[in-house]
Order: sequence, then structure tokens, then C-alpha cells
Amino acid sequence: MPRQGLIDRRLAIFLLGLFILTVAVPVGNLAMAGKPVPTYLVALIGKYLCYALLAVALDLVWGYCGILSLGHGAFFALGGYAMGMYLMREIGARGVYANPLLPDFMVFIGWKHLPWYWWGFDHFWLAAIMVLLAPGILAFTFGWFAFRSRVTGVYLSIITQAMTYALMLAFFRNEMGFGGNNGLTDFKDILGFDLASDGTKVGLTMLSAVALAGGLLLSRWITTSRLGKVLVCVRDAESRTRFLGYRVEHYKLFIFTVSAMMAGVAGALYVPQVGIINPSEFSPANSIEIVIWVALGGRGTLVGAALGAIIVAAAKTYLTGALPEAWLYALGALFILVTIALPTGVLGAVETGIGRLRRRPAAKEAEA
Amino acid sequence: MTSLLRAVLTICALLYASVAVADDFSALVQALPKGSYHARSVVVKKLGLLGDARAVPVLKALNNDDLKVAGDGTVLIVNDTTGAATSAIGGAAMGKPDPNSLDRVKANNMVRRAIRTAIGMLTLRDPDPAKRMKAAEDALKAADPEQIDALDAAISAERDAGVKAVMAEARAAAVLKSDAPEAQKLAAIHTLGDRGDNAALAALVPVANSKEPALAQAAKTALSAIREAQQFWRLAQNIWFGLSLGSVLLLAAVGLAITFGVMGVINMAHGELVMLGAYTTFVVQQVIRADAPGLFGWSLAIAAPLAFLVSGAVGIAIERGIVRHLYGRPLETLLATWGVSLILQQAVRTIFGPDNRDVGNPGWMSGAFKIGQMQVTWNRLWILIFCLAVFAVLLAVLKKTPIGLQMRAVTQNRAMAANMGIRTGGVDALTFGLGAGIAGLAGVALSQVDNVSPNLGQNYIVDSFMVVVFGGAGNIWGTLAGAFTLGIANKFLEPFSGAVLAKILILVGIILFIQKRPRGLFAVKGRAVES
Repeated sequence: MPRQGLIDRRLAIFLLGLFILTVAVPVGNLAMAGKPVPTYLVALIGKYLCYALLAVALDLVWGYCGILSLGHGAFFALGGYAMGMYLMREIGARGVYANPLLPDFMVFIGWKHLPWYWWGFDHFWLAAIMVLLAPGILAFTFGWFAFRSRVTGVYLSIITQAMTYALMLAFFRNEMGFGGNNGLTDFKDILGFDLASDGTKVGLTMLSAVALAGGLLLSRWITTSRLGKVLVCVRDAESRTRFLGYRVEHYKLFIFTVSAMMAGVAGALYVPQVGIINPSEFSPANSIEIVIWVALGGRGTLVGAALGAIIVAAAKTYLTGALPEAWLYALGALFILVTIALPTGVLGAVETGIGRLRRRPAAKEAEA
Repeated sequence: MTSLLRAVLTICALLYASVAVADDFSALVQALPKGSYHARSVVVKKLGLLGDARAVPVLKALNNDDLKVAGDGTVLIVNDTTGAATSAIGGAAMGKPDPNSLDRVKANNMVRRAIRTAIGMLTLRDPDPAKRMKAAEDALKAADPEQIDALDAAISAERDAGVKAVMAEARAAAVLKSDAPEAQKLAAIHTLGDRGDNAALAALVPVANSKEPALAQAAKTALSAIREAQQFWRLAQNIWFGLSLGSVLLLAAVGLAITFGVMGVINMAHGELVMLGAYTTFVVQQVIRADAPGLFGWSLAIAAPLAFLVSGAVGIAIERGIVRHLYGRPLETLLATWGVSLILQQAVRTIFGPDNRDVGNPGWMSGAFKIGQMQVTWNRLWILIFCLAVFAVLLAVLKKTPIGLQMRAVTQNRAMAANMGIRTGGVDALTFGLGAGIAGLAGVALSQVDNVSPNLGQNYIVDSFMVVVFGGAGNIWGTLAGAFTLGIANKFLEPFSGAVLAKILILVGIILFIQKRPRGLFAVKGRAVES
């Protein structure tokens, strides 16, 4: 079978939009008088782009391999914590307690030494590696156990939920050394750039856009490869694929780990932009919300997942501000409507609609 | 130096005086204002040993700084707010003396300690058995040889067997500290060994370290027996707590065992159905409080069927409206019912507000009793009984009734059941309604032990899925075993690791367990598994 092109029309349109955004944001915020793109909007866009990357990561495992992970928020949060640890170390002696050796919260709970797992986090490169490694190792170990013993379907979903729930409880504990309830916050700067300045914010947003584009291209490259074909086979008929001689668990493990690392990168970009990471990021509800982004946008389309994340997150921002009561009703209704009425998601519905419009003139011509 | 001399002299004088007037109550009260704090505490002690109930108000007044002495030496109890005075000895009203003419009888910590013991001794004769029991327990902790006589007097006057036993134990503890003959001490060790708790332990440890070999030996034997007994009761207590937690888990999970286990439908709104049951209880209690307060004892019995109906009706609505369209697509069902759960949560928040609602315990649900050294609260016991009853009824419905037969037929082979003339759609709705109704019943029970808030369901959803998955879907016996295993395991881990870590360990344990047995403890075997 010939390989599908790396960039199809959907992806091309989306990447073009992303490119326009990365040009418009810095120009509108930094270069033009009167700031047509206000700074709060820049931070918001950056946040949405991180969500979009997270949604793409989930779509990779759910849309292409049928693994419905209800614990992807955990990988996102782990990446976020790895970045948060570096940002904490960057604060140095500028904390409330002005302790040059320990972050504020450790001084507060009376610790005298930096625990071993914080060593080296004052180096950005180590934090950057950990952003990939921490979620990667967790996903690899978890997946290695789960896929090898053929835990599938809803059972897998439920234990991934248990995983993120257990991590949430663990990170809430002060003794874990990750700031307990309050998490990590009060960041000052990243690689010497002031996090409060407009320039850094625009930079981070552009970086998020690049990461999203990279994530999309990588996912597209994987899913159009031979390996990607096997993944779809696993999704559609797992037993049959196994009988054909493929080591199904290896494929699943590979894609699960890659997806977790991608989620970790999204988390790492998210934290400096929102300025805080705390254990509530691990909550099962958060992870399920990611699923609805993907389902709304269109499962198994990559671009749709990214769009879904941006649409839902924007709706959330608007509704929690304008009608705080209505947000949960809207989200709940969205879950129900999308699963029953929009099985192919917004992207699927739009494309079917466009397809019908195209065919109609063609049909008329045929009649005439 | 002179003050010390004076103190010693006063003590001597007091001792002499007390012997001379044969511990007379009025003489002791009259002696209270005199001398040093130490002398005063000695007098207080004597008042306690006297066993005269008239001393209680005097001692209390002294403790509250209300005891005053007038210029002519009369001891008065002066009411702090009204200024009215009564005689400390006779209790006669003495009008309202000028506060400036009175001197306060002062008390320091030593005196106050003596007052507490003395009041304790005096309450040994209190008409209220609960107060006597408390006083006896205090005497046991104090283990003061000087109290032996008072305890003897109290024991001979005591009619309540339970209180009498504690008094005897208190006396035994006191005897061990006195210089009584060895035979008496051996008997005391025996008495305390039978008691077998921490207080007995505290009284026996010094004896076990003493130099008299016979006594030390006896005390050591008693100590090891006590420690064994304590270990046993600790075990029993852990099992009881575990059973109690297990019963709550079982109630929350057994409805899920039907919808998930039997029907294969993931109902993420299950926790919210539990919450609806709890809020139904709240509404029933509000109505009863307003219109028929006499019925409050019955409020739970009234709420239970209503909660079953409310949650069951919502459940049937969910099944007919949403789940029906998604059979065979479990992951989509999971998402859609999650949406339902968000809507239900927010609806409750809109109607009842986001705060915790107060659901009262009827009289028969509150309080506790003791088995050996184990405290058992009535509400936990009733919930355990209730949960087992619900389980038994559910089992009977599934196994013995026609509708249960149809339910099992539809879940085992839908097409064949339809061919046999069973209306599968209706059976689906009823099965789902049954599972949802049981969730409502769980809500009634949980309203008695947990906060009734819109988040109630969220707290149980992960746990109840763990129970069902651990026990094995499709087998409600598995759910029973799963709930109690997890409950007991949790309570046994807690003392070593703390509550949060115990929960994390259990979750990790289940995740690992599922690797070994992907279909749970009691797996369904056969061809139906793969599909």
C-alpha cells in the first residue's frame, strides 16, 4: 500500500492557521501601537495551544490505537511538575524566606536538606530531559504491566483513572516534597527571562505553537507509517492482529509512551504560562475533560483533537466568566450530545457537510 | 526561712487539729483559708476523703475562685455575677456583702489538682451511675493509696455491678502503691490483670519492675496476658472498622455491580445517583421537621423507599434517554454518563446550594456501646446490617423472581432472550433502574456517616469501580468479597502508613492485581468473556 502523504489538506490548513497565529501574536502584542492583541489574550492563547497538544497526544492513543486513557492528565501534570521544579530552583534566594538552598515550601515544613530527587533541577537541561523521562517512564512501566497482561477496554480506562487518582493523593501529601496542596508557584523567571514580561509571554506562546505543530507532524508521521497501520489494526481487531503474528503489546507500549511524553511536553509549556502547578491537575475529572476535547473535535483526526481542545477551552473561559452556573450544564450536555449525535466530531460533521455541498452542484450538472 | 517554718508549723497544727476534731466537715472548711497552698491542698484532700457531699460546692467554689473569707473568719461562697453570698458550711444565705470586705481564698495548680481528685472521690457517691463510673475511672488513673478507705466505703454502698467492678480495680491499683501485705497485692494484680487495658498496664508496670520476686513475677504474667488481650482487641477493632468501611463500599458498589457487572454499562453517574439518595433523605427530614416532628425516628425508613424510587426513576431516564443508544460502545457510554453526572451535580448545586447539608441521626442511630475493649457505634452497625439486607434482597430478586430470571437471560444472550419473547428493552430499563435504585439506598445510608454535599458521589466513584473491578464484573458475590477485602485491607494498612498512603497503596495494589487477574477475583469464564 502506498504511504499516505505526510501533510494532507486538513493538516495543511491547520498548520497555516497556526503559522498566521505565531506571526500575528508577536506583531499585535509587541510591535503595534495600542496592543490590538492584549497580553491576557496572549497568555490565554498559549494555554489553549498546550491543551491542544495534550489533546493530540490523547488522540494518538485513543483515536489510533483504541486505548482510552483516563489518566493522561497525570502525564501532563508530571511534565508540568518537572518544569515547575526547575522554575522553583530559578527563584533562588528571592523567595519569602530568602533561603538560597531550599524552596519556600520546604523551609515552611521545616526541611533542612534538599531531597535527592530535587538535585540538579537548577539546570534547565536536566529539567527538560525529565519533562520527557518522568511521564515516559511512568507510561512505560504502567503500560508494560497493563498491556502484557492484556488489560483492555474499560478495565484499562478504569485503572488509568485509578493511577491518576493515586498520584493526586500522593502529591497532596506534604511529605512527598512537591509542595503538597499548594503545589509549586511564585515563579520568577525562566532561563533568565522575566516570566511577567510581555516578551517572555509572547515567546512562550510561540514556542507552544511550534510544539503543537511539531506534535501534529510527529503524530501524523507515526500514523501514516507502517507502524501506524498496525496500530489501527489493533484498534479495530486486536485479537486478529495478534493472530497475524504482531506483538500487539509492543505496539501499544510504544504509542502509549510516546503519547505520554508528548503530554509531558504540553504540561511543561503550560506551567510557566499559568504560573502554578498543583495536585488538582491530577484529578480524574481533568483527565476525562481531555477525552471530551478529542471526542468533540473528532477522534482519530489529530487536527480535530487540537481544534476540540481549543473550542472547549475557549467556551470554558467564556462561560465560567459570563455564566458560572451554566458551565457544568454546558459541559455535561456536550458530553452527551457529542457521543450520541456527533460520533465523528465537529471536524467529521463539517467535512461531511462540505462534501455534500460539493456533490450537489456536480449532481445537478449530471442531470443537465 | 520564716515562711517555710510557718508552713511546717501550720501543717503540724492542721494535722493535729484534724485528728482532734475527727475530720469534722465544718472544721476542715474553716481551716481552708488558713496556711500555705500546700496546707490548703492537704485540707482539700481530707475533704475529699471525708465522703461528705456538702464539700462538693465548696470545692467547686474554691476551684472557680468564688470562695471568700469575711473579716470575722466566716467562709462564704459568693456568686460571681450576682454578688449574693451563702455560708460555705451551712449553706444559709448571707445577703450581699461588700466585695471589698472579703478576701479571696486562693488556689494554685497544686490545690486545683487536689480539688479534682477530691471531687472525684466525692462523686464516687453521686446518684448518677455514669458520674460514679467516671469518678472510679479517675481514681483508677490516680491510684492513690490514701483513697483506699474512701473506695472501700464506695464499693460497699455501690449497687451497679459495672461501676463496682471499676471501683474494685481502682482500689487494686491503689493497693499496689500502698504498703499492704503481699497477699492483698497479689489479689490486686489479679483484679487488674482481668481488666486488661492501658490503665491496668500503667498500674502494673511499676510492680513488674519492683524488687519483690513473687509480686514481680505475678505482675509480669498479668502484663503479658494483658498485652495479648490488647492485641486481640486491636485486631478485632481493625476488623470491625474494616467491615464498616467495607459495608459503605459495598453499598456504593453493589448498584454498580448490576449496571457495570451484569449489563456491562459503565455508569459514571452512579456516584450522583447515590448523592440523589442522600438529598432525598435530607428533603424527607426537612418535611418531617416542619410538619411532623414526632415522625423523626422514622425518617430513614420513610426516606429509603423514596430514595429508591427517585434514583431508580432517574436511572431509568438515563437508560432510555442515553445509554440505550450506546449499547456495545462502552467507552462512549462512559463519556455520556460522565456528562450526566456533571449535570446532576450542578443541578443539585443550583437547587440546594454548594454547602454541606445537615442530615440528622435518629435516636436509634446515635450513640455507641462497648464489646470488651472495642467501641461500636450504632450507626456503623446499622449500616452493616442494612447493607447485608440490601445485598440479600438483591440476590433474591436476581435468583428467585421472574424479572430476575429475565434480567439474567438478557445479559447472557440477548438475541436468544428476545426470541423467547422477552422484551429486552424493558428489561434493560428495569435492570438499570434497579442498579440506580440501590445507589439511592446507599445514599440514605451514607447520609448518616458522610457529608451530604454535591461532591458526595465524586468521592465514591473511583472506590466503587475499584471494588467491582477487584471483585470481578458480572458476579455480585465478587463485589461482596471485594468490598470487605478492600475495607479491611485499608484499615489494617492505616496504622502503619496513615490514611492517605493506605489508600494509595490499595490503589497501586489493585492496579497490580488486575495485571495478574484482568477479570477480577471471581472472573466470569466462558465464551461471553471475549466479546
